[in-house]
Amino acid sequence: MSDFFNEMFQSGSVRPPYARLEDWVSAMPAALRSLKQAEAEALFRRIGITFAVYGEGGDPDRLIPFDMFPRVFSAMEWHRLERGVKQRARALNAFLADVYGRAEIIKAGRIPGHLVWGNEAFEKAVVGFLPPKSVFSHVVGIDLVRTGPDTFFVLEDNCRTPSGVSYMLENREIMMRMFPELFQQNRIEPVEQYPELLRRTLASVAPHKCEGDPCVVILTPGHYNSAYYEHSFLADLMGVELVEGQDLFVDGEFVWMRTTEGPRRVDVIYRRVDDAFLDPLCFRPDSMLGVPGLMDVYRSGGVSICSAPGAGVADDKAVYTHVPEMVRFYLGEEPILQNVPTWQCAKPDERRHVLENLSEMVVKEVHGSGGYGMLVGPKATREQIDAFRSRITAAPHNYIAQPTLALSTVPTFVEEGIAPRHVDLRPYCLVGERIELVPGGLTRVALTEGSLVVNSSQGGGVKDTWVLAG
Amino acid sequence: MLSRTADNLYWLARYLERAETAARFLAVGGRIALLPNVGQGNRAEWDALLLATGTADAFRQKYGEAVQRNLESHLFFDHDNPSSVANCITRARENGRIVRTALTTQVWDALNTAYQELRELERQPRSELSLTRLTDWTMRAAALVRGAIDATQLRNDGYDFLHIGYHLERGDSTARLLDVKYYVLLPRIEFVGSGLDNYQWTTLLRALSVHRAFHWAYGGEVTAAKIAHFLILNRQCPRALISCVDGVNHHLDRLARGYGRSTPAQTAARGLLAELADASPEQIFDEGLHEFLTRFIRDMTALGGRIGDSYLIGDLR
Repeated sequence: MSDFFNEMFQSGSVRPPYARLEDWVSAMPAALRSLKQAEAEALFRRIGITFAVYGEGGDPDRLIPFDMFPRVFSAMEWHRLERGVKQRARALNAFLADVYGRAEIIKAGRIPGHLVWGNEAFEKAVVGFLPPKSVFSHVVGIDLVRTGPDTFFVLEDNCRTPSGVSYMLENREIMMRMFPELFQQNRIEPVEQYPELLRRTLASVAPHKCEGDPCVVILTPGHYNSAYYEHSFLADLMGVELVEGQDLFVDGEFVWMRTTEGPRRVDVIYRRVDDAFLDPLCFRPDSMLGVPGLMDVYRSGGVSICSAPGAGVADDKAVYTHVPEMVRFYLGEEPILQNVPTWQCAKPDERRHVLENLSEMVVKEVHGSGGYGMLVGPKATREQIDAFRSRITAAPHNYIAQPTLALSTVPTFVEEGIAPRHVDLRPYCLVGERIELVPGGLTRVALTEGSLVVNSSQGGGVKDTWVLAG
Repeated sequence: MLSRTADNLYWLARYLERAETAARFLAVGGRIALLPNVGQGNRAEWDALLLATGTADAFRQKYGEAVQRNLESHLFFDHDNPSSVANCITRARENGRIVRTALTTQVWDALNTAYQELRELERQPRSELSLTRLTDWTMRAAALVRGAIDATQLRNDGYDFLHIGYHLERGDSTARLLDVKYYVLLPRIEFVGSGLDNYQWTTLLRALSVHRAFHWAYGGEVTAAKIAHFLILNRQCPRALISCVDGVNHHLDRLARGYGRSTPAQTAARGLLAELADASPEQIFDEGLHEFLTRFIRDMTALGGRIGDSYLIGDLR
C-alpha cells in the first residue's frame, strides 16, 4: 500500500487538514461506531435517499453505503482545484459554442473534425444555434483523482446531467446531525447554498422571449429512474416544480405545464433526461418521456434547455484527450488540471502499445459509464485480459486505455477500525451568467480492500467532503 | 400546482384511507366471528364482508373457503388484492415518493415508516400476528400520517387535494361498511328496521371507532334507525356520509376561491350535499338501505370523476 498517497497519514505523521480527526476517531470505541453507523443508515432510509434499482430483483431501494470518515481538503488545496475546475468548465463551454458555430478549433487543426462531427453525441439539430449566455453545459461534473500532495488528474468530464449532488448535500446534513462537535472543532465551508446557486444559474440563462421572473422546472424521466430521489430533492430545495414529459406540452411559441389552474408557461427546463428522449418529433420517435415540439420552441428562443441539447459531444471519452488543447486555444491559458495520459485504440500505434501492456492498464469503452464494460488490468484474470484483447481487436474505436493510476486513499471505517481505501472526487461547477463552485463535492470510495473502482454500481460508497476555511 | 402532483396527493390520501377501511373490515369480521353462532358457523358474516368489499369473486378464485386466515391474507397481506392493506400502504407510499417535493419531512417520514414497518410485518411468521395486532397497526400507521398532514402541511391547494381524497374515500368506506350490515342482518327487505341484533350493530360502531361517540350523541337503546341516522345524516359523526360530503365540499370551495373559478366538481358536490341534508332515516329505509347505499357509492364515484376531469388530468384551459 506504500505506493499510494494516503491523504491523512504521511510517513507516520498526520497531515494538517486531518489533525483533529485523529482524536475524534481514537476517542470513538467500536461499539459507539457501529451504533453511529446504524443511526446513519436509519437516517438515510427514513429520509428516503435510496438508489432505486428496478428490474434486478431484491430490494428496489438500495442505500449507497455511507462512510462516516470525512475526506478533507485544506483551503490552499481547494483554491487550486477550484481554479482548475472553473477553467476546464469555461473551456468545455467555449468548445461547444464553437463546434456548433464556426468550428474554429477544427479549422485550426487542433482537433480532428471526425471526432466531433462523426460523434454520436453531436446534435445536427442545434447547429448554428447559440443558447443564452453562450452556455451549453450549466452543471459540469469533473471527476478527479489524486496521486500525490499536489497531483490531481481529470478522469472524465460530465457535461450533460451529472448526478450525485444530492449525496454531497445529504452526507453533510447527516454528518452535522450525528457529529455536531466536529463542526465546532473544525471550520468547514458550507455546501448548503448549492440548490439556490443552481436555481440562480438556471434563471440567468432564461430565453430572450421570457418576461419577468423566469419559471424554472426540473424534467425527470419519472420515479422509476434510479436518480429520481435526487431530482425530487433538488426541486424541493430549489422551490421549483418537478415535471415529467406528460406534464408539459407545446402550444404556439411556448412550452406549458399542466396545472390545477390551467396551463402555465415554462421558461427554463433543467432536464435530467437524455437528448434522445427530449422531443419525439426531433429525436427518438418512440420516446414517451419527452415533449413533442419542444425543440422548435427551443430553437426559436421560447424556452431554455439545460444542459443544452448536444452538450454531450464535449464529454465524450475520445474528445477528452483534447481538453487541455481547448484550454490553450480558447482561453490562452495553460491547463491547471492534468489529463490522464490516454491511448486511443483506434490509432494503430497506440493500439499496439495498449495490447502489449494490457495487464497494467485500465481500458474503458468510449461511450460506457458507471464502471461497466471496463478492464482494470492489474486486478484482472488472464481470461478477462484475453477477452478484452479480442474485443479491442474487433472494434478498436470503441476503446481507450489509460495507465492504472495510484489513486490516493483516505481512512475509512472497516470491521477492524480504520483502513485506507481509494477515493475519487466529483465537484459540481455551475455555469450561467457567472461560474460558481461550492466548496465540496462528492467523494466516492472503493470499500473493497485494494479496489480502484469507486462506482456505486460496483460496490462503492460515499463520504462527506470537507473544505476547511482559510 | 401540477395536475399530476394533485393527482398523486389525492390518491395518496385515498389509498391510506382505503388501507384503514380494509383493516376495519377485518375488525368487523373478527368481532362478529366471536359471536356464538348456530348452523353454518360464521361463514355468512365473512361472505357478507367479501361482498361489501367488492372482491368476492377474486377471493373465491384464489382462496376458496371464507375462513378467517384466508380473509386475513386477502384483506391484509395480498398484493393481488388492490384493496388490501399491504397494497394500499405500498401504493400510498409510491404516490408519496413521486411527490416528495409536495410533502413535509414529517409526512414523508410517517408514510415511509409505515411502509418499512409493513415490510417487517410481512417478514414475520403469521402465527405471531394476531388479527387485532394487524388492525391496530394499520389504524395507528394511518393516523400518524394524517396527524403529520394536519400538523405540518401548508394549508395550500395540495392540502385540499389530500383532504378531498380522504373524504371521498371515507364516505365510500362508511357506505360499504354499512352495507356489510345489510348483507348480514337484513337479507330481506321486510327485516329492515326491526332492531334484530344490537350486538352486531354495535360491532359496526366499534369498527368505525365511533362506539362511544354514538352513546354520547344518542344514549339509550341501539336501533337501526338511530345508527342509520348517526352514520349517514349526523354531521357530528366524523365518518357519517354527510360529514364526508361536507368535507369534500369545504375543500372544493377553498380551491374555487383560491383559483378564482368554479368547476363542474363544485356543482356536483353541492348537489350531493343538498340531497343528504334533506334526507331522513325514514326516507332511506323506504328506499331500502342497500339501494340507498348503492346509489350513494355510485354518486361518490361520479363526483370523483368530475374532480379528476376538473383538476387532476390537466386539460383545463
